[in-house]
Amino acid sequence: MTRHIGEIWVYLQTSPLLWLTLTVAVYALAAWLYGRSGSFPLLHPVLVAVVLIVALLRVTHVSYERYFEGAQFVHFLLGPATVALALPLARNLAHVRRSVVPIVVAIAAGSFVAALSGMWIAHALGADTDVVLSIAPKSVTTPVAMAISQLLGGYPSLTAALVILTGIIGAVLAAPLFAIVRVRDERARGLALGTAAHGIGTARALQESQLAGAFAGLAMGVNALLSAVVLPLLVPLLVH
Amino acid sequence: MMLGALATLLLAQLAGEVVARALGLPIPGPVLGMIFLLVAVSLRRTLLAALDPVAGTLLEHLSLLFVPAGVGVMRYGAILRAHGIALATALIVSTVLGMTVTALVLVAFERRTRIA
Repeated sequence: MTRHIGEIWVYLQTSPLLWLTLTVAVYALAAWLYGRSGSFPLLHPVLVAVVLIVALLRVTHVSYERYFEGAQFVHFLLGPATVALALPLARNLAHVRRSVVPIVVAIAAGSFVAALSGMWIAHALGADTDVVLSIAPKSVTTPVAMAISQLLGGYPSLTAALVILTGIIGAVLAAPLFAIVRVRDERARGLALGTAAHGIGTARALQESQLAGAFAGLAMGVNALLSAVVLPLLVPLLVH
Repeated sequence: MMLGALATLLLAQLAGEVVARALGLPIPGPVLGMIFLLVAVSLRRTLLAALDPVAGTLLEHLSLLFVPAGVGVMRYGAILRAHGIALATALIVSTVLGMTVTALVLVAFERRTRIA
C-alpha cells in the first residue's frame, strides 16, 4: 500500500496536472478565507496562496521549475487578461478624457517617488549597488521591469521577485492607506494601485469597481511606458 | 461566441507582441494589445458586449493569475533574507509613498478644476 502511494506520488509529481490543480484549489481556498474575513488586508488571497504553496513545495522538496510546468497554464492567461483590461477602460473612457493631464502628472509623480525612495532606502540600509539597481523598476509590470533592470545593470530575475512582492504589498496596504490619507475618489485609488503595484494592484482595484480597475489598468500601462523611457536615463546619473 | 471572444483577446495580444518586437518598442505585447483592443472597441461598440463574458471572467480572477509568478519568489529566498530588512523597508515605504503621491496629486488636480 505504501509503495503504491509512493508510485502514485512519483507519477503526480512529474505531471503538470497536480501543480495546476494545486494552484487553482489553494487560490480558491485563499479567496474564500479572504471573503469570510471581511477582506482583512493581511489575508489577501495572492499572499495567502503563495505562502501556502511555497510551504508545500518546501516540505515535499519539489522545485519551482517542476511546479511551474503545471502552473504555467494559469500564468499564461496573464497576457489575454491584460488585453481584457481594455474593456473597463473603454467603458470609462469619458472619465479619462476629461482629465488626461492630471492623470499623466499623477502617474509620473507617483512612479518617480516610488522608484527613487525605494532605491534610496535600500542604499541607506546597506544594500549593494546591484540590488539597489534591481529595485528601481519594482513598481513596473514584470516584463518591462525585467528589461529595465537588465539595462540598469541589476538582476532581472531578482527584479521579477521584487515586482511581485511590491504588488502584494500594494494590494495589502491599499485599503488602510487610503483610509489614513482620506482618499475616497475611486479614480485616484485605482490610479495609485496601478502606478505603484502594477497588475496585482489592478486586480485589487477591480474588486472595488470597474472605474477603479479602469484607472489602475491605464496607470499600469502608462507607468510601464514612462519608466522604460525615463529610468534608464535617470538612474545612471544617480548611482555612479 | 465565447470562442470568438477568446480568439479576439489572443489576436490582440499577438498583434501587440508582433508590433512591439518589430518596432523595438519598450512596452510589453499584452499592454500594446490592450491599446489595440481599446481602439477596436471604440470603433465598434458592439464588441464590448460580445467580449464581456470571457474578459469579465478573466478579470474577475485576475489575482489568481499572479500566483505562479508569486511562488517564484521562493527562488530568491537567500538573497531576500540576506538583504531582508533593507528590501522589506524599501519596498513597503516606497510603495506607500508612490500610492499616496499618485492619489493625492490626482485629487489635488480635481479639486482645483472644481473650484475654477
